Amino acid sequence: MKTIKTILLVSVFALITAFTLKPIDGYTVGDIATDFKLENVDGTMVSMSDYEDAKGFVVIFTCNTCPYSVAYEDRIIALDKKYKSKGYPVIAINPNDPKASNGDSLADMKVRAKAKGFTFPYLFDDGQKVYPQYGATKTPHVYILKKEKGKIQVAYIGAIDNNSHNPDSVTKKYAEDAIDALLAGKTPEKSTSRAIGCSIKSL
Amino acid sequence: MKKIQIFFCLAILVVSCKEEGSNDLVKTDTIPSYNYKELAPLLSKNDAKTYVINFWATWCAPCVKELPAFEKLLDTYKDQNVEVLLVSLDFPSQIQSKLIPFLKKNQLKAQVVLLNDPDQDSWIPKINENWSGAIPATLIYNSKKRAFYERSFEYEALENELQKFLN
Repeated sequence: MKTIKTILLVSVFALITAFTLKPIDGYTVGDIATDFKLENVDGTMVSMSDYEDAKGFVVIFTCNTCPYSVAYEDRIIALDKKYKSKGYPVIAINPNDPKASNGDSLADMKVRAKAKGFTFPYLFDDGQKVYPQYGATKTPHVYILKKEKGKIQVAYIGAIDNNSHNPDSVTKKYAEDAIDALLAGKTPEKSTSRAIGCSIKSL
Repeated sequence: MKKIQIFFCLAILVVSCKEEGSNDLVKTDTIPSYNYKELAPLLSKNDAKTYVINFWATWCAPCVKELPAFEKLLDTYKDQNVEVLLVSLDFPSQIQSKLIPFLKKNQLKAQVVLLNDPDQDSWIPKINENWSGAIPATLIYNSKKRAFYERSFEYEALENELQKFLN
């Protein structure tokens, strides 16, 4: 009887902690973002602290398998090419658990990065520890961060632009507008936006 | 002789099945396509029914996985004033190549409409202020109550949520 009680207690406790420990909020604009150290498709480990000269970062949670991510690949490359030299490099992170999402393993990521000629690091969120801190819920999900007095502050969260289906029909480039504002020493006028995306895959 | 008779009977059966099938197929050759303004009235009906609205797409694996739960829910609760609407967010360029063939293959009983409105930043918060835009997502509402779920559902969990609207 006592063992049953103990088992019950333990499982109730496990249930409660499973729900309460599950991060649901993540960052809002203005929060300080924590650095990460994740494996890149070239085998190196990448952190934001490696970029001494950067003014900020365009961190994009994206993956191999989501059609919305694929639709944005060329636009992410263009974003990196345009802003890396200005101090805002793209860092892409794949948040999916490859066990829950066939095609999102580090090996698959290497193949995709090579095929598309990614000009930016494409990191594997091993153990899915980084995306919950940021509060990413889907791919693609963009966080524009700026360095502010030695800290890394969230300046924009959301979509890349306002037409995922068709790059030719885009009328608002949210991410570019936000980075341009930061480069001009201003606060982005639009600091959040929303778009449909694929839920991040976990077991 | 008998063998030939059986063969004919079978042949007639097969042909009649096929014809019935193809009649169903014709129905799904087109699908209603709405922008948000046109969809909105379906998300705020004020009558005696409870509406279960699921946002999905054929390219979204967890969405496709949970569709049978919504079909079962419709089947179980259709006599209790419950309606299920599947709002597809498939790419407009893939309606003929992906969505229509999927619907033909799966013969869903729930009503399916396409939400084709590129200005997602404006309509996502109107559907629910807390929706990040990830799918699958589900809205359940009736004249008294409304709830939004940015998550996947197994049948039991979905039924539990629906029950809260029926009691």
